[in-house]
Amino acid sequence: MLAYIIRRMFQSVIVLLVVGLVAFSMFRFVGDPVDNMLGQERTQADIERLRTDLGLDQPFPVQYFKFLQGAVQGNFGVSYRQGRPVATIIAERAPATLELAFVSGLFAISLGIALGVFTAIRRQGVAANVIMTLSLIGVSLPTFLIGILLIYVFSVELDWLPSFGRGDTVMVGNWSTGFLTTSGIKALILPSITLGLYQMTLIMRLVRSEMLEVLRADYIRFARARGLSERTVNFRHALRNTLVPVITVTGLQLGAIIAFAIITETVFQWPGVGLLFINAVQFVDIPVMAAYLMLISVLFVTINLIVDLLYYAIDPRLRVDGRTA
Amino acid sequence: MEPVLSVRDLVVEIPTRHGVLRPVDHVSYDLAPGEILGVVGESGAGKSMTGNAVIGLLDRPAHIAGGEILLKGQRIDNLPRSRMRRIRGKEIGMVFQDPLTSLNPLLPIGDQLSETIETHLGVSHSQARRRALAALEEVGIPAAADRLDSYPHEFSGGMRQRVVIALALCAEPSLVIADEPTTALDVSVQAQIIALLKRLCRDHGTSVILVTHDMGVIAEAADRVAVMYAGQLAEIGPVQKVLTTPRHPYTDGLVGSMPANSHGQARLRQIPGTMPRLTAIPSGCAFNPRCPQAQDRCRHDPRPQIENGAACWFPLGEPA
Amino acid sequence: MTDTAGKTPAPATPSRLKEVWESDFVWSFRHSPVAIVALVVVLILVLSALFAPLIAPHNPFDPATLNLMNGFTPPGEPNAFTQEVFLLGTDDQGRDVFSTILYGLRISLFVGAAAVFLAMVLGVILGLVAAYLGGWVETIIMRVADVQLTFPAILVAMLIFGIAKGFTPPEYRNEMAIWVLIVAIALSDWVQFARVVRGAALVEKNREYVQAARMIGRSGPAIMMRHILPNILSPVLVIATISLALAIIAEATLSFLGVGAPPTQPSLGTLIRIGQGYLFSGEWWILFFPAVTLLALALSVNLLGDWLRDALNPKLR
Repeated sequence: MLAYIIRRMFQSVIVLLVVGLVAFSMFRFVGDPVDNMLGQERTQADIERLRTDLGLDQPFPVQYFKFLQGAVQGNFGVSYRQGRPVATIIAERAPATLELAFVSGLFAISLGIALGVFTAIRRQGVAANVIMTLSLIGVSLPTFLIGILLIYVFSVELDWLPSFGRGDTVMVGNWSTGFLTTSGIKALILPSITLGLYQMTLIMRLVRSEMLEVLRADYIRFARARGLSERTVNFRHALRNTLVPVITVTGLQLGAIIAFAIITETVFQWPGVGLLFINAVQFVDIPVMAAYLMLISVLFVTINLIVDLLYYAIDPRLRVDGRTA
Repeated sequence: MEPVLSVRDLVVEIPTRHGVLRPVDHVSYDLAPGEILGVVGESGAGKSMTGNAVIGLLDRPAHIAGGEILLKGQRIDNLPRSRMRRIRGKEIGMVFQDPLTSLNPLLPIGDQLSETIETHLGVSHSQARRRALAALEEVGIPAAADRLDSYPHEFSGGMRQRVVIALALCAEPSLVIADEPTTALDVSVQAQIIALLKRLCRDHGTSVILVTHDMGVIAEAADRVAVMYAGQLAEIGPVQKVLTTPRHPYTDGLVGSMPANSHGQARLRQIPGTMPRLTAIPSGCAFNPRCPQAQDRCRHDPRPQIENGAACWFPLGEPA
Repeated sequence: MTDTAGKTPAPATPSRLKEVWESDFVWSFRHSPVAIVALVVVLILVLSALFAPLIAPHNPFDPATLNLMNGFTPPGEPNAFTQEVFLLGTDDQGRDVFSTILYGLRISLFVGAAAVFLAMVLGVILGLVAAYLGGWVETIIMRVADVQLTFPAILVAMLIFGIAKGFTPPEYRNEMAIWVLIVAIALSDWVQFARVVRGAALVEKNREYVQAARMIGRSGPAIMMRHILPNILSPVLVIATISLALAIIAEATLSFLGVGAPPTQPSLGTLIRIGQGYLFSGEWWILFFPAVTLLALALSVNLLGDWLRDALNPKLR
């Protein structure tokens, strides 16, 4: 078990180093950082001084190492566009994205598992078939169209919910939260549904197909043959076995939610990290792009690691031989 | 004495794109208390399907299309699902072929036992645990108390099948359907499992339907034997009688193909041809294309009914 | 397509056509109304995109034909000033929405198809190379694939797009945007192909006929081309179809976010981005019709992919 964890952590570090290299190469080779940071009026002396300040005159590995050192300490450089430290900008924006991701993740997992189980158990039912057909449309519907549709119905036609922004937020320490005001919560509803719907559909379809597979298994037949109630068979026996593979995919989906927040944040003008990133791509603000890339990699790698360990905790068969990855 | 189980003219049908198939076609038999009935035949003969019909676990679209099943005189084939559920496990236990896949891999075996006991006997959790322990001891799991919290993958195949048997018997059913209980096991373990099943059922007075394709297992364990061919009962009778003086030519072929009966001949006898698929059952007696004794009547008349234990127009041992 | 094949069998090979007509594959197509409708929709959309210059009443990108007075004309109603009628209305600059959709469809389909083609070529080659060479080549290719797979494709595409934009001199950015977009989507999508191809090729590699081909001294590439490639066609076809739907959606998303097709070559995603601005002011048609077209395209390609997967791989059902 311990050896397994250590090996997985080692792999994770390698992935992060590679991503760091990509991020650093972006810094170093995409455009000229000196060009980007100095205005039109610059002297050769300015250029030389900045090159030394940035350490651009040192050998590549040294630069890379310094870059990593900075990144680990939360120093991602200065945004070309805003002229402020990237770390500060991201820290301001992170609560908006994390709160949005949290609510939509909750929505996607709870509803996804519930509907997946329902459609698997009532496979022949009318309701289950309607849900399955709708879910196929849901998978084909681009996220931004869902957002626009929701805005049209609930903001334009019904005028119930706001179509953009976070509403009123309250500062709790350094964290600006929308959970504590009515307008903040109202503002969360449409973006959360938009962001969570696609993941919800995926989780639902996955739970359904895994559950149907499990319901055909011998031990389910045997559980039935022992006269256990449908409830026990479906939930204690089938659902538990269904969740083993579902956890992997669901975990990865949580990472995807943060990434897909870019789209939702653009549609709803949600002042989060995703909107920051898309603006950075539009204006080729490399330090912001690089920082975003590294932060999201750390997030993904961590989620992956947790998912693997969780897998390990749920399935007793893996506990015996640690070789199964 | 009233039979524990009576199957009367049971018909199971499966509607398909190519028409309606009949994996079980007018099968009838009785089972006395404590009796072990061996059901034998090639794969696809309808042995397992009969067992599944009795316990009410046919997979859709297969369904009972005719006949009756009576448990201690009560019809059970038309019970609503919730009532049938209370009979499964409580009155009729079942042992499946593959112990590797019969147990839920994520639940300790003690939990699987106690949930079954709690469901049917309405006892407290701690009492159910105690009974679970006793059940494991009875099927011969060494150091059973330490194994209650073990997961299925921590047991060997033979041990797992013992656990499965304990699960089937833990609510003291009056009938156990054992569907090929030894097929997936090592040869060395097979005899132990059969002996265990026999001993337990004798101790508890449980009747057994022992489904197998292995005539050797039948000879060893069963009191009576039912031979199935293409969904129909070909012959039924006491094991000794059927094995020594088979009356149906198919039984004769099966018995002749047992190694113990080859009497030092260089080669085992075998029945020519293969069993027809359900989509292409010949008219007349289903066995006629493979039967060495087949005559015109076998091909043209409707299929023969069981008479004196054999469904044959020209049973062996009688002048034709 | 299949209809004409069935009704007018070539006299020389009627039995061959009959065989095809009655094969399981075609049988399952004929008996799947969803697949038929989806194919018809896809064909209509592809044909209208191909023949857009012939079908479109206006060329939306020829400033000479534009009249700002025609701006915001509702669908099917005469314009208040010019009395001109537009089937699906006009946008803010007086461009005919029907025509912009046809031209947008062209861009969307072209980018989607080109990206999937590129991803397929890349994935198939890398997958075959990994399976055939093994060793450290395989390890590197598959590790890269694994790592990339942990990141959502759309994010990878955005990053590649952003980096490429950084490399392109500003004056060429608009011209290059479409090609950058294709490469970005392709690079985010090759992994699926590589994994499946490698898996299938590893299985085929150990089959007797490939071993036999080796024994008689055929070279590696020749064996792959002649023996392995035909056997992995059907999974690749299924993935290509499903990838096409994803690529179309990815392109639309990127363009909607303003990091895809340039304003000079608007795709369906760009049109939706423009239309979103008029959601509150009541000019719903500028948004609605491009959105419906995109949805119809993505949904029918998805349904075709779904059906194809079931038809080619009965085990999955």
